[in-house]
Amino acid sequence: MKQPNQPLIFEQSKPGRVAYSLPGTNIPEQSLSDILPEGSIREEEPALPEVSELQLMRHYTALSNRNYGVDSGFYPLGSCTMKYNPKINEETARMAGFAATHPYQPEAQVQGNLEMMYDLQQALAQITGMDEVTLQPAAGAQGEWTGLMLIRALHEANGETERTEVIVPDSAHGTNPASATVAGFDHVTVRTDARGLVDLEHLKEVTSEKTAALMLTNPNTLGLFEEDIMEMADTIHQAGGRLYYDGANSNAIMGITRPGDMGFDVVHLNLHKTFTGPHGGGGPGSGPVGVKKELIPYLPGPVLTKENDTYYWDNDRPHSIGRVKPYYGNFGINVRAYTYIRTMGAEGLKKVSEYAVLNANYLMRRLEPYFDLPYGRHCKHEFVISGRRQKKLGVRTLDMAKRLLDYGYHPPTIYFPINVEECMMVEPTETEAKETLDAFADAMIGIAKEAEEDPEMVQEAPHTTVVGRLDETLAARKPVLTYNTETSLKSMK
Amino acid sequence: MDYRYLPVTGEDKEEMLKTIGVDSIDELFEDVPENIRFSGEMELQNALGETDLLKEMKRLSDRNANVQDCVSYLGAGVYEHYIPTVVDHVLRRSEFYTAYTPYQPEISQGELQAIFEFQTMVSELTGMDIANSSMYDGPTALAEAALMAASENRGKRRTIVVSETIHPEALDVLKTYASGPGITVKIVPEKDGQTDLDKLEDMVDADTAGVIVQYPNFYGTIEDLAAVRKAADKENSLMIVSANPLALGVLTPPGRFGADIVAGDAQPLGIPMQFGGPHCGFFATTKKHIRKVPGRLVGQTEDEDGSRGYVLTLQAREQHIRRDKATSNICSNQALNALAASVAMTALGKKGLKETAERNVKGAHFFKQLLKQKGIQLVYEAPSFNEFVINLGRPVAEVNEQLFKHGIIGGYDLGEVSRDKNGQMLVCVTELRTREQLETFAKHLEVLVHETA
Repeated sequence: MKQPNQPLIFEQSKPGRVAYSLPGTNIPEQSLSDILPEGSIREEEPALPEVSELQLMRHYTALSNRNYGVDSGFYPLGSCTMKYNPKINEETARMAGFAATHPYQPEAQVQGNLEMMYDLQQALAQITGMDEVTLQPAAGAQGEWTGLMLIRALHEANGETERTEVIVPDSAHGTNPASATVAGFDHVTVRTDARGLVDLEHLKEVTSEKTAALMLTNPNTLGLFEEDIMEMADTIHQAGGRLYYDGANSNAIMGITRPGDMGFDVVHLNLHKTFTGPHGGGGPGSGPVGVKKELIPYLPGPVLTKENDTYYWDNDRPHSIGRVKPYYGNFGINVRAYTYIRTMGAEGLKKVSEYAVLNANYLMRRLEPYFDLPYGRHCKHEFVISGRRQKKLGVRTLDMAKRLLDYGYHPPTIYFPINVEECMMVEPTETEAKETLDAFADAMIGIAKEAEEDPEMVQEAPHTTVVGRLDETLAARKPVLTYNTETSLKSMK
Repeated sequence: MDYRYLPVTGEDKEEMLKTIGVDSIDELFEDVPENIRFSGEMELQNALGETDLLKEMKRLSDRNANVQDCVSYLGAGVYEHYIPTVVDHVLRRSEFYTAYTPYQPEISQGELQAIFEFQTMVSELTGMDIANSSMYDGPTALAEAALMAASENRGKRRTIVVSETIHPEALDVLKTYASGPGITVKIVPEKDGQTDLDKLEDMVDADTAGVIVQYPNFYGTIEDLAAVRKAADKENSLMIVSANPLALGVLTPPGRFGADIVAGDAQPLGIPMQFGGPHCGFFATTKKHIRKVPGRLVGQTEDEDGSRGYVLTLQAREQHIRRDKATSNICSNQALNALAASVAMTALGKKGLKETAERNVKGAHFFKQLLKQKGIQLVYEAPSFNEFVINLGRPVAEVNEQLFKHGIIGGYDLGEVSRDKNGQMLVCVTELRTREQLETFAKHLEVLVHETA
């Protein structure tokens, strides 16, 4: 139900209140102006809030109550793999040896960290079928860019500087073409055919001596397995290009097939998706990159090495593309992913993918009679349905998504991929019970019926959330990105 | 074996397969060609139950020396500071950490409001108009600032002039980022622990999109931002400052000197060191650049009843809309750590931030005086925040090995940055260091330095 606004923390502030307690000090008092030069001492204080510890805790508890996570309920956000975030991960990542170590401690003092990272690299190499893995990239998008920079370095080393194009399917995530641009490439689009797969003939047309790489997700963003992958790989390799695997959808294939065996040369994984690092409300993630042998010399440095049970950093990497991130990547997320892999083991990870696919197919078939299914073949870990039928009744996919909020669910990803009209992309994940899938299917079917019988109910949704539909046009036209007293006048409404 | 994260029972499976119309899960994978099927089992370490795994992780954790058991003087971009207990209690609210990017604002008002507050706090600290919702870390935020500067003026200016005194790993990251679009990175040399301002002025030319300095810089000293602004103004170049946000509790904010972009890492504010990540990049700029800012922005708006609410806004800048024309490819950010920084800034508040920052300045200054008394040479005389450089006259690694025997993690070995800095140690003194600890450290250093002299 609609609720009064939670006042901004600044609106709860009153001079004189504190919520901190610094350690005692017996360092002799000195005057700041004797230490710092004139003009460098701050005159106006930043307007940070002044509240008590309880006020602080109540504020953030109130905010958390206005938020929805996987622990709140079903979150079938396609392409994001919103699976359960194990609580043991949160404990291990906070162990003092992991959380309270400094990246510049000598190697001898942090052998435990290095051992964990080394074993994680080995595990990810095994899962993806690649020869070497770097944990440095911060997230999927940074992994993509890193991978493309590696491919670029390889082509340059081979004197093939005319390879300026990266081929990306029209169904690809927006980061793919954006990463290609940031890595200095032009991007070329390849079409999706009637099967929902890459149009092989079109791929052959757009592949040329200018092709640097093909970026592909497999299963693709429609949730379908690119069964022509070997022919696609041959096409690209024969033209001298390389294959990049976007690991956003690796939850579908663990122990079943590996990018390295499908002909991919570079792969990134999203440890915050498949490997349960929590999504954190938008991050931090972690985006390790795996490569085949020929690309190892170009990996970002330093590279973790093991000799006689001792781990150390190899800084002597003359061909490296350089650093992509300071220190050694998002270590804290990597501890969580490692904990997860050690919880599941090889057999368990294979079951993860099998059940992710089972759950998705089951949900897809339950919804099939009520929504348009653009591609009817078995899906992998996710599927897309179209709201075309409901659109004819005046109910859009956006409306149905908002109506799902009233039923207590996070909606699927909507309007993506962009090549499916009124798209809804549903990824249930393996951690959901059949009862949950059934209840969600019933809600979706209920909304489809409402679209026929009471379209306004859907069009005006949500009816039960703390705020109604928000005016995004106003937000973009008159951007208010920070608090000040003028913009907050309406706050208490 | 049973798996506690997998709820599908044998009975469920049979019913589901029946609904799907297949006999086995294998049939669902019939489109995976035989020749690329993975046969056998992946070679992974065996699965462990919860108790055994906690033991194993504890074993790994205990193989590390941590800063809680030792006394650390390492800084160099990653800092050990007081983290109020409330910070982790808020972070453990799973409505926050198990959510994703707030695409559905009606059920994400908590996250959106927290980030709106974060943006406000970062703007306040840096003295800038606006801030984004966070970036991966300080160095990548700085590299993105450089790319944004180069994209202004219709992308006509292709050079970034950067001081040698920024964090060396930030410089490495910047070079990698710049190499994609082919942007030239020119390095202004260091002089007496600060940017050589004469050289800087010479190097800024009509092709200079932006000038980058760090504040305080990698060697701990406080750069003359007014002079940097003047040099940048010569050719209307943007002034980009990488700042330590805690230092801004006591130092004049870069916005006051007319900075165009202020980037940095919020790690000193409530985020554990975690062996170098995840931390939390921040990015603040002026209104003029609002439509080129990389990453997500949260904006205030209203619902149909005029009730205040928050949404992701100006999304036309971003990769998922603009694809290859986007200013940046960043997608996920460090939202949870931005929340940590917000909670820490709220806990510290106006008074605590200033007090903490002052403690750092005064502690470091006290330690400088102490070292001088012991005959240990300070390499630079310039004023500093909480870090400074001392000359040991012998290999730093050797000294650190000796210090570790006394439970002390010594400072950063500047010989790692350049050979002519061999024997120089970058020392960090935060509010957590007591007078007794500093006196003990000084005593050990005195012995170790004069051993070889």
